[in-house]
Amino acid sequence: MLQVILDHYNYWIAIFLMMVGFYTVVARGNLVKKLVGLNIFQTSVFLLYISMGKVTGGTAPILDDRFQVYSNPIPHVLILTAIVVGVATTALGLGLVVRIRESYGTIEEDELDLADGET
Amino acid sequence: MSGLIGDLLAHLPALQVVVPLAAAPLCLLAGRAGLAWIIAFTAAVAATATAAALAYLTFHNGTISYHMGGWAPPWGIEYVVDTANALILLLVSAIATVVLAFCPASVAREIRPGSQHLFYCMFILCLTGLLGIAVTGDAFNVFVFLEISSLSSYALIAMGGHRKALTAAFQYLIMGTIGATFFLIGVGLLYMMTGTLNMADLQARIPAIQDSRPVAAAMAFITVGLALKAALFPLHLWLPNAYASAPSAVSAFIAATATKVSLYVLLRFTFTIFGANFAFLNLPLHWVLLVLAVIAMFAGSFSAIFQRDVKRMLAYSSIAQIGYITLAISLASSAGISAALIHIFNHGLMKAALFCAMGCIFYRIGSTRIEHFAGLGRQMPWTMTAIVAAGLSLLGVPLTAGFISKWYLVQAALQADLWWLVILIAASSLLALVYVWRLVEAMYFKAPPAGREDVGEAPLSMLLPTLLLAGLNIYFGLDTRLPVAMAESAAALLLRGQM
Repeated sequence: MLQVILDHYNYWIAIFLMMVGFYTVVARGNLVKKLVGLNIFQTSVFLLYISMGKVTGGTAPILDDRFQVYSNPIPHVLILTAIVVGVATTALGLGLVVRIRESYGTIEEDELDLADGET
Repeated sequence: MSGLIGDLLAHLPALQVVVPLAAAPLCLLAGRAGLAWIIAFTAAVAATATAAALAYLTFHNGTISYHMGGWAPPWGIEYVVDTANALILLLVSAIATVVLAFCPASVAREIRPGSQHLFYCMFILCLTGLLGIAVTGDAFNVFVFLEISSLSSYALIAMGGHRKALTAAFQYLIMGTIGATFFLIGVGLLYMMTGTLNMADLQARIPAIQDSRPVAAAMAFITVGLALKAALFPLHLWLPNAYASAPSAVSAFIAATATKVSLYVLLRFTFTIFGANFAFLNLPLHWVLLVLAVIAMFAGSFSAIFQRDVKRMLAYSSIAQIGYITLAISLASSAGISAALIHIFNHGLMKAALFCAMGCIFYRIGSTRIEHFAGLGRQMPWTMTAIVAAGLSLLGVPLTAGFISKWYLVQAALQADLWWLVILIAASSLLALVYVWRLVEAMYFKAPPAGREDVGEAPLSMLLPTLLLAGLNIYFGLDTRLPVAMAESAAALLLRGQM
């Protein structure tokens, strides 16, 4: 049982981070904290992808006669794209938070709901 | 010359995405609203022409496979156009063109002068994303285009005049990103198990490993992620706020296309990639979708009845209509898939017409609350005609496009021996009658409030696109050849070799 957990430690870490991030998004009322949670959630998926590309004993995928075994580069390239998407999402999210702060004077979810309810 | 045309035809699937993608930075560089609009509109017209050509070619010559950059699939990215996504491409690009024609006056009224060119930049980028999702045959590429369309639509919604638009956009950003990330997890699990991202390749490799748990988990993650994007009950919470507070043109475009494209991806993954046998025999996806769809039909319509803001009411009505489409998908038959695609097409037309009409009303009276609709039947007769025509289509009255949708849906339900579904469909349509009637009552049977100036029709540049969309609701109720033939051919393709 312990061996099963240790052999798949990368998945356990990814799932743990995923849940931490997801919980933060759902449970926190502060919009910036929500974005931090969202980032952790996304990063866990990046780790899931990157770790699955690892081949035991493999090197970086560079064409060289001395190396025969190398890691799968495709998940890494995919995640490069996903990281860019993540950066764009965070930037847009923070931009929205700034605008929300300017027009509501708060970034706490419950106070925002209250302000929206009155109008 | 013929060589040039031949080259052009050979690259149509790439041009479908590249033309609007190239137009987006040009809109940004244009710096002025007028010039940016010309660029965006030209790109949208080109996209519609491309989509029409692709639809013609796929319908007559069969599926088109395009190898991006000359790299052969499954290593390179493949674009695949068949009758299923050709119909979606045509719907999305045509709606974008009509809504862009509607834009200049509406945008001038609702968006700050300094950021109008940015509006067109985002709009055309959103179109790029939606077209890309539909045209690609690569699972990871779907994610990339999904995020292009989503990020631009968050920005578009935030441009709404009221500060509520900001919180609505933020809420949509959080839920949309969670949905897209779920989708990404699912695609990752599939890649882990099969070592491929090409849809046709996935389809070939999944049957051998369909009893493994990661594949079932991948299906679950992908379905939940797409259901979030498609606003399927109970994952619809972002939708009413987003549609209600976005600028009018954005509501019209997104309501008509964005959720529909996600439903198309759901169809593609369920039937092409996982296969009906896996989704419906190994896993009980049809029962899950059926129950949620029926709840959506009633919950959406019930909530719509009690809304004071008409844009919000239409947003809740969209949730109910997405329920009908999902219901058709859950029947998992050829008739069901046809009905789903036909309703995707027809509902796009209805909601585009209704939200454009809301734009006309907002242009004149600066509000879309139902109490301000009193007496508009006399003051804005053409806009109100458009609302009534599209509203009847929403109900499914004969001679409108909505009737065709309901007809095929009911037939698919009867074919599956689920007669009680027919009763539920009829009952939820009666709920739609209640909220459409509230609108008609306010418009025609109430005197205009004292003190309001005598408002007239919106400018022709807004009124004509609205009337065109409303007219199409009637046209496709009478001449059903285009959507029905495409949808039936698509259903046959999606179910090929299954069940």
